[in-house]
Amino acid sequence: MDVQTLTYLIVGVTFALYIGIAIWSRAGSTKEFYVAGGGVHPVMNGMATAADWMSAASFISLAGIVSFVGYDGSVYLMGWTGGYVLLALCMAPYLRKFGKFTVPDFIGDRYYSQAARTVAVICAIFICFTYIAGQMRGVGVVFSRFLEVDVETGVYIGMAVVFFYAVLGGMKGITYTQVAQYCVLIFAFMVPAIFISVMMTGHILPQVGFGAELIDAAGNGTGVYLLDKLDGLSTELGFAQYTEGSKSMIDVFFITGALMFGTAGLPHVIVRFFTVPRVKDARISAGWALVFIAIMYTTIPALAAFSRVNMIETINGPESTGVAYETAPEWIKNWEKTGLIKWDDKNADGKIYYAKGAESEMKIDRDIMVLATPEIANLPAWVIALVAAGGLAAALSTSAGLLLVISTSVSHDLLKKNLMPDISDKKELMFARIAAALGIVMAGYFGINPPGFVAAVVAIAFGLAASSLFPAIIMGIFSKTINKEGAIAGMVTGLLFTASYIVFFKFVNPEMNNADNWFMGISPEGMGMLGMVVNFVVAFAVSKVTAAVPQNVVDMVESIRFPKGSGEAHDH
Amino acid sequence: MSFESNEKAEGYWRENLRLVLSLLAIWAAVSFGCGILLVDVLNEVHFMGFKLGFWFAQQGAMYVFVALIFVYVAKANALDKKYDVHED
Repeated sequence: MDVQTLTYLIVGVTFALYIGIAIWSRAGSTKEFYVAGGGVHPVMNGMATAADWMSAASFISLAGIVSFVGYDGSVYLMGWTGGYVLLALCMAPYLRKFGKFTVPDFIGDRYYSQAARTVAVICAIFICFTYIAGQMRGVGVVFSRFLEVDVETGVYIGMAVVFFYAVLGGMKGITYTQVAQYCVLIFAFMVPAIFISVMMTGHILPQVGFGAELIDAAGNGTGVYLLDKLDGLSTELGFAQYTEGSKSMIDVFFITGALMFGTAGLPHVIVRFFTVPRVKDARISAGWALVFIAIMYTTIPALAAFSRVNMIETINGPESTGVAYETAPEWIKNWEKTGLIKWDDKNADGKIYYAKGAESEMKIDRDIMVLATPEIANLPAWVIALVAAGGLAAALSTSAGLLLVISTSVSHDLLKKNLMPDISDKKELMFARIAAALGIVMAGYFGINPPGFVAAVVAIAFGLAASSLFPAIIMGIFSKTINKEGAIAGMVTGLLFTASYIVFFKFVNPEMNNADNWFMGISPEGMGMLGMVVNFVVAFAVSKVTAAVPQNVVDMVESIRFPKGSGEAHDH
Repeated sequence: MSFESNEKAEGYWRENLRLVLSLLAIWAAVSFGCGILLVDVLNEVHFMGFKLGFWFAQQGAMYVFVALIFVYVAKANALDKKYDVHED
């Protein structure tokens, strides 16, 4: 069978599986819709959280980014895993004991204020929309590249599938579908990585092969270690050393921090810990989530290094002078057709050549690294089909999780808790489904007409989560003295501080966006960490000079600090 | 109130904070410390084919993160039992 037929087959089977699961786990009440009835096993929940977390961007782009920036890529690796430690130790157990449905629920109750709840709802909806715009695009790209349909058609198919299981199944349907999607995506990611690791170093585990000696075609050691080779190649071609990178230390520090604290403040991640039966389960399911995420995140840098060496060697040849275009491998020509690889024979010698700066004749899109790996390594056709299914699983699972938070925010936080307090459970469920459907339509619109600023707004999403929601939740648990005025002032200043810095450099004056103009050398991506500090300082200062926290709220804070008596997640 | 006395409640929370803070100290040490601030110093050391600082940034920190959560879960559950505030 050819690649195309195999891809249709594998993608078709996985889609049928997701829809089957959705029908089996249909949600009947708001509780099932919002938090899956609060009865999900922690290992399952960990898997679902991991699938929710690992988006099309992690699956398709991250290895490519690390591959091109080397050490600098560590900010994503540490940032997007380190946040789970904060979630497990400082948030999940207490929020589970608190026992309601959403992050705005907690902020509204803990700070006894509708205004605080509203600020939290706005942050939550904005963060989710930012994210989802990129996911539907990912669905479209995978469809168009592997199934040779239009990006538009791809987005419509993706919308229909997500609509079916998110709108019908709610959190219950999503959680069980995500478990299946995790299995598909991790298998699809690991198979090519293991193949290529064995091929280049003889080690089955890519994490070990990453540091190992390279082997030749006959399987004998060459005495050269992968990373030394990579540092050598990078220097030779005019790049910074692979293991050192080129970002300043302070910037690496702040970006890592913003991503870590931002992760711990993302509503679609936090809500996962409301779906387990007990406080104990909330703790351990954060651990399982990180195990499942780390399997992929520790493989990513290894895959990045393998494909970097592979790519440079294939293009520049053994003498590092370039190889003749006619003899270049097939994958280069295949990807040239998509426009993601471009060759410009500057010195007219008929050879392709890759380096930093003006000499380079190749323009290579970072996103192809994962998708092209099976071809570069000459893997069988079913592996290529599998990678397509994996990319779709990653995009679909993340969009479904985000849609759920959007629909919950609208039906529960906005309608039920603000505008229409006396609607029935059934009506609320209906509104939740309508909101999810509208969310899909909007996501689909952004998938077909992608705004040029997707990458820029992702920085905003993490920055805002780190500088607004994260501090408000942490202070709500660990302090009994931060009051309503302090929390609102903190969230608003943290948010405005971070947002204005990012908007200034990303939208108002993008030409000034370089280290010389940055405050203390911190890029817009890292500003969320400073925004978080601002939030804490303002909240403490304002709370000092305003009225004390009422006794019933102090009692509530005391009661969320120990597990006993946690019941299921409830509404009132 | 599920604690026998206020002293017990405060004792539980104090022990819990000590546990969380000591684990967070390790969390910061492996990521912000070994992976970023001390990376140049540690890169002088070679470890399983890696420069050590680079290894922490792209591998080691993540392994430690996973371990930290499981240590926390075990210790926090034990603490709940000690103060009799665990769930049934």
